[in-house]
Amino acid sequence: MKSPVTVALVGNPNAGSTSLFNALTGAQSAVANYPRVTTSLTAREVTHRGVTLRIVDVPGFFSTSSQSPEEKVGCDYIHGEEPDIIVNVLDAGHLDRSLFLTTQLIETGLPRITVLNMMDEVRRAGIRIDTALLASALGSPVVETCALKKEGIDALLDAVAAMASTTPAAAPLRLHYDSHLEGAIERVQQHLSKLHPQELSPVRSRWLAIKMLEGDDEVLRHESNHVELVEEIKGEQTALAHEHDEDTAGLLASARFAFANGLLREARQQEGDPTAGFKLTRILDDFFLNRTLGLPLLLGILWVMFETTFSLGAIPTDWIKAGVEVSTELVDKTLPEGMFHDLVVNGVMAGVGGTIVFLPNIVILFFFMAILSGTGYLARASFLMDRVMHHFGLHGTTLIPMVAGFGCNVPAVMATRVITNKRARLIAMLIAPFMNCSARLPVFILFAGAFFTDIAGTVVFAMYMLSLVAAMLSAVLLNRIIPGSGGDAFVMELPPYRLPTLHSVLHHMWDSAQGFVAKVTGVILVGSIVIWFLQEFPRDITYSQDFETVIAEQTALPDSPEKETALKTLKSAQAQEKLEKSYLGRSAIAVAPLFEPLGFSWRDSAAIMTGFVAKEVVVATYAVIYAQEKGSEELTETLKNAMPPATAIAFMIFTLLYAPCLSTIAIIGKEAQSWRWAGFSVAYSLTFAWLLALAASRIGGTFL
Amino acid sequence: MKQYGQIDKVTLADLRPDQQGEIVKIETEDGVFKRRMQSLGVVSGAAVTLDRSAPLGDPRIYSLMGYSLGLRNAEARQIHIRICIK
Repeated sequence: MKSPVTVALVGNPNAGSTSLFNALTGAQSAVANYPRVTTSLTAREVTHRGVTLRIVDVPGFFSTSSQSPEEKVGCDYIHGEEPDIIVNVLDAGHLDRSLFLTTQLIETGLPRITVLNMMDEVRRAGIRIDTALLASALGSPVVETCALKKEGIDALLDAVAAMASTTPAAAPLRLHYDSHLEGAIERVQQHLSKLHPQELSPVRSRWLAIKMLEGDDEVLRHESNHVELVEEIKGEQTALAHEHDEDTAGLLASARFAFANGLLREARQQEGDPTAGFKLTRILDDFFLNRTLGLPLLLGILWVMFETTFSLGAIPTDWIKAGVEVSTELVDKTLPEGMFHDLVVNGVMAGVGGTIVFLPNIVILFFFMAILSGTGYLARASFLMDRVMHHFGLHGTTLIPMVAGFGCNVPAVMATRVITNKRARLIAMLIAPFMNCSARLPVFILFAGAFFTDIAGTVVFAMYMLSLVAAMLSAVLLNRIIPGSGGDAFVMELPPYRLPTLHSVLHHMWDSAQGFVAKVTGVILVGSIVIWFLQEFPRDITYSQDFETVIAEQTALPDSPEKETALKTLKSAQAQEKLEKSYLGRSAIAVAPLFEPLGFSWRDSAAIMTGFVAKEVVVATYAVIYAQEKGSEELTETLKNAMPPATAIAFMIFTLLYAPCLSTIAIIGKEAQSWRWAGFSVAYSLTFAWLLALAASRIGGTFL
Repeated sequence: MKQYGQIDKVTLADLRPDQQGEIVKIETEDGVFKRRMQSLGVVSGAAVTLDRSAPLGDPRIYSLMGYSLGLRNAEARQIHIRICIK
């Protein structure tokens, strides 16, 4: 026996292959209730009953001869890798459609196990499936599972282990087509055997013949040097088309569906009310996809999501804030005065503490994202928005990567793989960084809370809407700039509504929390230290006046309120000058003229510069800079006094739109397979952000 | 090319909620799209009904093979059907 035995999980998109993969291997791959969440191969080894299994999660596809790029990974795997065992995962509630792929897998001749997943839904709908009949008709063991509830997992592993230790049947099942098709298949098969004598088993040559007649580009390209064979196939196809008024692929597809239909008529029984199944989905869709209510509801849901993210998050945020304050005070008192003290208190504690307070907001946001994608509502949202997005040259399914972008732009760029058309995908990739990722959320919560306290949640919501609008407008522009034309057809299977498991929602939240804490203790911590040093050095500054002497003179005067004020002014002027002449101040002042039209001070420029690394650093930078100048004032108060509201809006807009962070730039370069597009993305977003922020500061300046 | 019979051509985009349709054929130059439709169950003889339309009438959700398929009208117009009253 081979070790490890490669077991491929193969099924339609959204059939639950990844949930099954997680249940089998203990992995935590992302799952959601919309098609094509998984876009690349993932493998993990497990041992069951002494057999080592290498389980591969293959991205879903509908047909092994699909030519759609989003199905290519799966198709190529089946063609090229030849796994030892195929576990064909079927959505048991949608067998009529899923068995199409099964008929193709039968023809590969590879050992198979058929899994009826999501059996709980089928049982609830009062449907009974005769698995014994299915097993004999499909020539494979049939296992019922419910991957999310981890039901049937052991039975499946048993079946896989048993199959791994037996030799496959010599003559596997074979699907029969009508006489015209069978004739054509046989002739092509004979031709193939002549070209590759001794090399091809009968199963293999039949499979190749069918694939070629079906018009599988991949297989045809492989045989393209055999001109005669290609000619013969063309001839057979023409003859068949003449006979049936339908292309060969269509004939084969009809025959496959007819086989599935016939089998299900025997093996599936409806008990009770046939409309009972997925009744809830119909009722919910009457509501959520209502022609008048649908779009307002979508907006309402998003508003509630961001409002709650802000307002509910504020409660635990206060606790964390209190904790940060107490510990800062403690450290402040314990550490002896000196540079190390300042570094820890004004650098590390200010930067890290100023950012960690946003943890609750981020976890709440990810809770909502898990609900949106797990229930199946996200697929509906893309259906509702398709027409609107079409006007902007975008595709409804682009909404999925865009909403994913609310979490983080990196997976958003990767999620554009669901888009078939290459040019459409590039456009989606370039607009993805405009999506308001959770790294920017702290900036908005801080600013909205400081400047627009009463309507802060709505302001945060508005920033998200603006990010969508910016993305759409950019799409229009990019559609004109980028050569080529054509978009995708909107083809989307709408899954029934499903309740995401508590475990998957909690996992989503836990994951986001961990990610955020890792960022705070990583890039933010390092960033805060670097920023502190940059604003602290050089130390030998030549001040415009001799502060030390003047302060000493003032202190020597008898106590009076005037003396206090004068001292305070002097000290703050000194701190101000020291900061301006530090490395941070000097470099920020150097670029400040660029941002002057937007009304930004050099401090804002400094925050923007550091935000190139990761946008959370923007808040940390403010926290560190103001830690030097502030008395006991809170960051929000200090900010409020530092700029007018119009400038605050301009700053939020600029932060929202300017240059993607380093990780996003890297992923764009990788996915677009061109660093030029990554560079373009940076230049384009900077220009766009600058122009929009300018407009906002000008318009805002007249109103606020 | 084929000019006759234009008036008689009924497509999926013409299907009304109270009707049931039967797929006749997919007429398109786009082979990838055709293949994709075929693998989703849009094959001659398959029964199809209109479930609902998006707020602006496009795209629409059709029900076939026991599942819901969202399609734009532009694509639906490439799928010829026969209408049978429910």
